[in-house]
Amino acid sequence: MAETVKALIKRNLWQENQVVRQILGICSSLAVTNLMANSLVMGLGLTFVTALSSLTLSVLRNHIPHRVRMIVQTLIIAAYVILVDLIIKAWLPDISKQLGPYVGLIITNCIIMGRAEAFARQNKPVPSLLDGFFAGVGYTLVLLAIALIREALGFGTVFGLPVNVLGIDTWTIMVMPPAAFFIIGVMIWIAANRMDRKKNAAGQPAAQSKEVTRRG
Amino acid sequence: MVDSPSISPWVIFFASILTSNMILSNFLGMCSYISISGEYKTASGLGKAVSLVLVLTMGVNYAIYHLVIRPLGLEYVQYIVFIMVIAASVQVIEMAMDRFLPDLHRKLGIFLPLITVNCAILGSTLFMVIRNYGLFQALLFALGSGLGWWLAISALAAIREKIARNKLPRGLAGPGIAFIITGLMALAFIGFSGIFAVQ
Repeated sequence: MAETVKALIKRNLWQENQVVRQILGICSSLAVTNLMANSLVMGLGLTFVTALSSLTLSVLRNHIPHRVRMIVQTLIIAAYVILVDLIIKAWLPDISKQLGPYVGLIITNCIIMGRAEAFARQNKPVPSLLDGFFAGVGYTLVLLAIALIREALGFGTVFGLPVNVLGIDTWTIMVMPPAAFFIIGVMIWIAANRMDRKKNAAGQPAAQSKEVTRRG
Repeated sequence: MVDSPSISPWVIFFASILTSNMILSNFLGMCSYISISGEYKTASGLGKAVSLVLVLTMGVNYAIYHLVIRPLGLEYVQYIVFIMVIAASVQVIEMAMDRFLPDLHRKLGIFLPLITVNCAILGSTLFMVIRNYGLFQALLFALGSGLGWWLAISALAAIREKIARNKLPRGLAGPGIAFIITGLMALAFIGFSGIFAVQ
């Protein structure tokens, strides 16, 4: 089942986007998206962990006993998360404080475990690395899109730079929790609607992506 | 972030149910919240199991953090320790329940493995560390967070059971509408925010 790199990228960025299609990794995509900078750091951190843990697990895939694989996966993921946490603490102490527990919570982010179980367990190291990397990129893009709406409307800034040239009143609600739920709900709606239309246009029940183990 | 040794544990308890609800304002445990909220009974069972595991793992993690990790200066491996403690406690709880409370185990047992990776559990332990809670504060925070999580998932499941019979715009059914309902619930819960001053 050799998948071309192009197909792999398209699948991870759009068709099976982890956030809006698979509904995984929601916690952090809602919690950190009130600022673009925080979302970018979180996205890069998750991309790093997903790519490297997929690579590691793929290299070790024939050596990990089936029954204890969950615990081994968790340990490997936790090790990479500690690395990311230390890097962010050292170089971006302010952002580290704002992200609070959410960096540590990358360990329980369903995307990483999902990729490990659904892809890295059956595939060679290089495709696994790419798969993990682009799954992370797809997550980062969704985060940035949500953050763009929330920060621009809520604070009138983008990456901290003022963009509110018209002087519109900022909407505090956009940086509060409810707006995060509404925005992601609408994004999931649009994505599901687009996929549904394409499926109907093709005139056949399109092969739905294989259900990934949902965990949170 | 916040140093809170002086806040009364009861204020933390009620705040964690209403004003800083695990789901509606901290966004923790979303994956199981969305995927297991189709049916009220199941959702409520999961909520109970989460509350139980939260309180027990919080006790264990509190002891380990203050007796082992801090004195030995091992903060950098705390994530690995916490997640292992959670996985192990869930396993122990499951075995003990199977042995002593078989009825309860039949009802809640299927949820227990799922709970290991529920971010609400690890999340509240990390909040305990960041906010520097004392023992009673930590335990009541865990209990309140669990009850708040239970409240939110039961409410969502009850609403989704009613909605299941109605027609929705294309693509909105399922997770889409669940998020929009959650947004409305979060909006309603903001109404509580004047009651408690802690975040």
